[in-house]
Amino acid sequence: MFALSLAEARAALRARTISAVELTDAYLGAIEALNPQLNAYVLVMPEAARAQAAAADAALARGEAGALTGIPLAIKDLFCTKGVRTTAASRILEPFIPPYESTVTANLLRDGAVFLGKANMDEFAMGSSNMTSAFGPVTNPWTRRGDNRPLVPGGSSGGSAAAVAARLALGATATDTGGSIRQPAGFCGLVGIKPTYGRCSRWGVVAFASSLDQAGPLARTVEDAAILLGSMAGYDPKDATSADLPVPDFSAACARGVKGLRIGIPREYVSDGMAPEIGALWEQGRAWLQDAGATIVDVSLPHTKYALATYYIVAPAEASSNLARYDGVRFGLRREGADLTELYENTRAEGFGAEVKRRVLIGTYVLSAGYYDAYYLRAQKVRALILRDFTEVFRDVDALLTPTAPSAAFGQGEKMDDPVTMYLNDVFTVPANMAGIPGISVPAGLDAQGLPLGLQVLGKPFDEETVFAVAAALERAAVFWALPTIRAGR
Amino acid sequence: MSLDPDAIRRVARLARIRVPEVDIPRLQADLNGILGWIEMLNEVDVDGVEPLAGGTTLALRLRADVVTDGGMPEAVLANAPDRAGEFFAVPKVVE
Repeated sequence: MFALSLAEARAALRARTISAVELTDAYLGAIEALNPQLNAYVLVMPEAARAQAAAADAALARGEAGALTGIPLAIKDLFCTKGVRTTAASRILEPFIPPYESTVTANLLRDGAVFLGKANMDEFAMGSSNMTSAFGPVTNPWTRRGDNRPLVPGGSSGGSAAAVAARLALGATATDTGGSIRQPAGFCGLVGIKPTYGRCSRWGVVAFASSLDQAGPLARTVEDAAILLGSMAGYDPKDATSADLPVPDFSAACARGVKGLRIGIPREYVSDGMAPEIGALWEQGRAWLQDAGATIVDVSLPHTKYALATYYIVAPAEASSNLARYDGVRFGLRREGADLTELYENTRAEGFGAEVKRRVLIGTYVLSAGYYDAYYLRAQKVRALILRDFTEVFRDVDALLTPTAPSAAFGQGEKMDDPVTMYLNDVFTVPANMAGIPGISVPAGLDAQGLPLGLQVLGKPFDEETVFAVAAALERAAVFWALPTIRAGR
Repeated sequence: MSLDPDAIRRVARLARIRVPEVDIPRLQADLNGILGWIEMLNEVDVDGVEPLAGGTTLALRLRADVVTDGGMPEAVLANAPDRAGEFFAVPKVVE
């Protein structure tokens, strides 16, 4: 049962060769067996999941199958779920039970999905390793050949990625502010897409940096990601930046092929100390797409090297503003003080972890009187130049091919000496967030130690269809068959 | 630009985060490391460039200025750490 992809499980459910209750029970059993080791879920919802699965079986029996009827998913703990604790992996939200459902999860429920539980993540989605979670680190189901030391799953959607890779869910919701879907997808041998900014509603998703945050799926195949995104996406009047555009048939786009497409290879996507296998895999990806009928074009995005520094002004600035709401008054943790200011200061000192504090402080500083122009305004101008680079290059090409991350998964506790070393993980993923364009990571090969490596495809705004077409072509050529060490059903 | 201990205390106060004195040196090193790295943006020529604030270049929609939701005090107060009737309660601010 664990070998089935989401698309295959859906076909089996519709053919009634398996039941939704059987499928959900199998996944709940897998979670019980492996979650103590992986820490992928911070909350498991067995009763609710079984009830949803029973309802799915009833719907299937009536011949009323939605796009995801009976499909068990993990929900990143950044998505508000009505009546179910939602923490953003922060102590400050430990007691928070939302009285509403996020639009993205409501869309999934509308289509019949089963929610197994809430997935671990970096606190407030700030991190690239899942090491900043108040619930502790997540272990990557993959290990280096002959070496059992635990590796990080990437972040911030580390719990979502570990759950899908270890077969503790058929798919998962995730969010991506600077790479938090694509980098964990790369580290865990999964497919993950950050759609165009505005494609998925941000309503009910705990905010980090509102001009960058986008929801998207993590899945085991390109088609599975397409099915999930098709359900998650769509116009929502409750999000002022939600795009009022129809949701295309992403699954159909996977079969399009790349014949006649022009694929750009941006020469700036290299980094110091990048593993040689990653450069070789990028070359291989270029050859695969050429063999499939695409034309390869060398292109330049000259402001690429400034994207990450721009991000570390814009994202903390927006975070310092968004996180001002956590004051111990209306919801979440409260720590008393002698007066109201002390109550705020004590609550936030105890409620936020070290990385969140660093980013709120940086954000407060770059927005403060006397520094706004030098930091924040300048960053917004560089951001405009990054977008201009993409706009110009997309006049000539249909999509871009790059590596997903400059390394494979690293060990828990590594890259923790200074914040900037950790930030460099997102060097290839951040530009897409700055420009608001869609990007997908596809597992394409293994490094010398047997760890998965991803290739990233970037596309034009609201042209996820081409992104899926290119990703599916890479998937067909790569024939990525490797499986993680820790997984259900072995 | 780099932050001295007084600047760290001032920013922490603005952010309403209590920072114990013992944490200041480490925070100073971390924040100055980040700010030093960000300095690279000074080499970019941004003359005449319009700042980009949002994640989309699509025009933002306007909606009618009408009430679309509300009338649910119990749901709004359900997560309050302290309440008094239908209000959030905080320590006394005015003597």
